[in-house]
Amino acid sequence: MNKDIYRKPIFTANPITVLVLGICSALAVTVQLKGACVMALSVTLVTGFSSMIVSMLRNTIPNRIRIIVQLLIVALFVILIDQFLKAYAYDVSKQLSVYIGLIITNCIIMGRIEAFALGNKPIPSLIDGLANGFGYGMILVFIAFIRELLGSGTLFGYQIIPQSWYVANGGFYENNGLMILPPMALILVGCIIWIQRSVQKDLQEK
Amino acid sequence: MQDYINLFVKSIFVDNMVFAFFLGMCSFLAVSKSVKTATGLGIAVVFVLAVTLPINYLLNRYILAPGALVWLNPEYATLDLSFLSFIVFIAVIAAFVQIVEMVVEKYSPTLYSSLGIFLPLIAVNCAVLGGSLFMQERGYANVGEAFTFGLGSGFGWMLAIVTMAAIREKLSYSNVPKPLKGLGISFIITGLMGIAFMSFMGIKL
Repeated sequence: MNKDIYRKPIFTANPITVLVLGICSALAVTVQLKGACVMALSVTLVTGFSSMIVSMLRNTIPNRIRIIVQLLIVALFVILIDQFLKAYAYDVSKQLSVYIGLIITNCIIMGRIEAFALGNKPIPSLIDGLANGFGYGMILVFIAFIRELLGSGTLFGYQIIPQSWYVANGGFYENNGLMILPPMALILVGCIIWIQRSVQKDLQEK
Repeated sequence: MQDYINLFVKSIFVDNMVFAFFLGMCSFLAVSKSVKTATGLGIAVVFVLAVTLPINYLLNRYILAPGALVWLNPEYATLDLSFLSFIVFIAVIAAFVQIVEMVVEKYSPTLYSSLGIFLPLIAVNCAVLGGSLFMQERGYANVGEAFTFGLGSGFGWMLAIVTMAAIREKLSYSNVPKPLKGLGISFIITGLMGIAFMSFMGIKL
């Protein structure tokens, strides 16, 4: 099987930094690592399975109403995930609030369905969806790692920066409050793109 | 009346869809290359938000919320259909966008050809679904508030995309480092605009 299916979305055609898909929900959930991990996992599963289902139905969906049909298939999986989180991880579900529902309109999912699943067999579509979700989740977790570590001094809610370092306890360290604010996520993504495009020169825009 | 004005101003500036919640970023980044197209898409989003929000509010109030079906039969007081809200909301939005597209295509082909490509895009614009989900989460009191919120957040989104497009038009004359060109610098500018918009948070409404 073609290795590009799962290799490309992770590096050279990463959905966030190269294709600019799925930014909407990507940034808001990256204040804490825990939320970001849950979000990454949810998006990976939804992308994979909805791609697979659409691919199975690709010859029976009428072309004119395909957007609605695709949205309903995606919405079905998102409802399953939302109900699961409400039942087993209520605090995470509260923290992510509307962003779980917004997975439906996450451009990665519709983008992969339109670009790949409509023209390919179910199994490659599943792999393509999972790989794209993973490429998305990787960036998400990376940003959340930086924001939580520098912004609150914790990782997964556990204190990483020693308490004695803080100014309040006679130390020299202070949390960077800017990291917690929404705009910082955008600037971090900008910096990641900067680094990636300095290395992979063929991605630079003219 | 004052409540409505407060809500309107608040949803434009303080709770701006783009800068405070990152909603609608995909089309925000993709379509903000010229002021003219950005304005066209902005108007379409304002329209769709202002119409779908009251519809979804009524659906939520009388069908989906816990115990909302009492008007049909008192026995349904314990029924909770809120798990269906995602699917109902997105169906309303997608259907409405499709109807708008057909009507515009039939009656105003000139407008259709200038807006044509953006119309179907709006169905998957997170700002539109996000508006409905925020409306549900914050529990607005009546249809008027839902409509005001929809209109306000639509204008907020339009304001953001038009200013961004204006900046990007000027940006093509400046000397940006090569790897940062295009996408990278757009992200950083959006971030800086977001920081500027945060100053509205101090306003007490």
